[in-house]
Amino acid sequence: MYRYDEFDHQLVNERVAQFSGQVARRLSGELTEDEFKPLRLMNGVYLQLHAYMLRIAVPYGTLSSKQMRMLAHIGRKYDRGYGHFTTRQNLQFNWPALKDVPDILKDLASVEMHCIQTSGNCIRNVTSDQYAGAAKSEIEDPRIVSEIIRQWSTFHPEFSFLPRKFKIAVTGTPDDRAAIRVHDIGIQIVQDDKQNIGYEIYVGGGLGRTPMIGKKIADFVPKEDLLAYLEAIMRVYNMYGRRDNIYKARIKILVHEIGVEEMKRQVEAEFAEVRKAGTLHLPEEEVARIEAYFQAPAYESLPDESTELNKAVLADRDFANWVKSNVAQHRVPGYAIVNISLKPIGGTPGDCSSDQMDAVADIAEKYSFDELRVTHEQNLTLAHVRKKDLHAVYEALKKHDLATANINLITDQIACPGLDYCALANARSIPLAQEISRRFADIERQHEIGELKINTSGCINACGHHHVGHIGILGVDKKGVEYYQVTLGGAADEKTAIGDIVGRAFTEDEIVDAIETIVTTYIGKRNEGERFIDTYRRIGVEPFKESLYETH
Amino acid sequence: MAQHTRKGAQFQALTANRLSDGIVVYLTADDRWSESLQEAEVAEGKEAAEALLARAEPSVADNTVVEPYLFEVAKEADGIRAASVRETIRQAGPTVRLDLGKQAELPGVHS
Repeated sequence: MYRYDEFDHQLVNERVAQFSGQVARRLSGELTEDEFKPLRLMNGVYLQLHAYMLRIAVPYGTLSSKQMRMLAHIGRKYDRGYGHFTTRQNLQFNWPALKDVPDILKDLASVEMHCIQTSGNCIRNVTSDQYAGAAKSEIEDPRIVSEIIRQWSTFHPEFSFLPRKFKIAVTGTPDDRAAIRVHDIGIQIVQDDKQNIGYEIYVGGGLGRTPMIGKKIADFVPKEDLLAYLEAIMRVYNMYGRRDNIYKARIKILVHEIGVEEMKRQVEAEFAEVRKAGTLHLPEEEVARIEAYFQAPAYESLPDESTELNKAVLADRDFANWVKSNVAQHRVPGYAIVNISLKPIGGTPGDCSSDQMDAVADIAEKYSFDELRVTHEQNLTLAHVRKKDLHAVYEALKKHDLATANINLITDQIACPGLDYCALANARSIPLAQEISRRFADIERQHEIGELKINTSGCINACGHHHVGHIGILGVDKKGVEYYQVTLGGAADEKTAIGDIVGRAFTEDEIVDAIETIVTTYIGKRNEGERFIDTYRRIGVEPFKESLYETH
Repeated sequence: MAQHTRKGAQFQALTANRLSDGIVVYLTADDRWSESLQEAEVAEGKEAAEALLARAEPSVADNTVVEPYLFEVAKEADGIRAASVRETIRQAGPTVRLDLGKQAELPGVHS
């Protein structure tokens, strides 16, 4: 894992001191709310429905056990004993008092954490693949590039007042778990035929009220030129992005309006300029220094098969189900990747209590080299677990209600905080996800249904990624009453697609039955072993429309 | 300023968030800020509502509250009720985690 150097420490400590002064001046009345609001938003402090909300950055989703324990401590001391992992791989606390925020930031800084780049019109915290360093088909650990981008983008004076927020995601494998095509910039690490590593660049993806899939503008940016290329994109955006209209200010609108070829031409021209200046040429020794932080942990040499695992799978059906859905292949023999579901039946997607945080920190320390990952699907990952320890890990997780065997299944839903917490929301998301979870609680049935992603957002801003859910649900407000619009066929992986609206919206009382109807229709139409998304791509929206609306 | 009421609303109350901790509060008849909607002053008609909103100004100026606004309520036999789902949630807490906070202390609001 990356460790702060003296500059990082200084940067964060100075920011804590600066913001502590700003909070004190706000509380004493020296600063008005209008003066203070942009300052608090540069430090992850939002005002939501019931209280302030503090968003803490988890750069590229990687955390140490020590950091997770600090989050648990903050949850207990300053909040209500729980936090919420988000689709940006961050953690949000729902109830901090403004007067406590300086102390929280000091506690965070003591474990190399902060709230920088979690809000405002800057380059936000970079997100990445939760399987980084462990995925079988990985070309290079995407956290190296993510860390380089973090260092370049943090407090970059030219990019502190962009037309709008800006999100970058990186993946190092051809199968995309980081949803790179729905980010402002998506970076796919690739290799040429001479084994040189470079970057395929997608630009102009995004969700929100105008969902767009990112367009590829470069097939192979050489490693040493990555920052120069990114800087070129940022300059084009900074120059031409629509500052006059917040709804048209994201780079996706610019790319859509000028077209991908023109965007490419502009970026290439700017890139040539940046390169000529030479200052952003990545020095090899600096790359090597950062790479060293992401060296593989000290794996043991193990046989790939584990007799302990095989025996436990045969003896314990619940464990077998968990292995089937929550455990993924690791690139090193004898190791596995463990996904910890934060979607217990009837629970709030992404919520985690302080006690659970402490428990996963202990488990990570004991079984996974002291390190954890947060996923954009609001779960946690232990990246390197010995196969022979899987049963022990499962048992330890089970004690804390963290062993739900539902990763990628129908109850592994993404949901934004919605109207229960969020000041922007029009409708609730969490109770809906909970109802769906309870309806499909039977784990055997979930496995029978197979991979199916339901994503729910409580407003058009789409924090719940509804556009790219296999089934997407968007909450809307009609004269003070919540309605839910359904989309089908969305996906956020390497075959990214925006879902199709199926028809008129459903009431709160109708929506869970509508989901059941969609599932039943799929089961009736699917070929042997065919996933929901593949069936949908084969048969389209019509059969679902028919079954949904002829019975309602 | 946020718009969370509707034109022609008969009864309105005034809400804001407390500066120091963000907690939802309501302006009372004696110009205090209460955490209970039941203590809120209810204005009838447009003019009374505008006068109520104007009474928030000193509290904004002295940094007691932020983002004050009017919202529609109904007066019912058992007390004041917020008209929208949003304001009901602000009044009584999230409709989830019913073991915690206001939502645990005000049973019956989220039916």
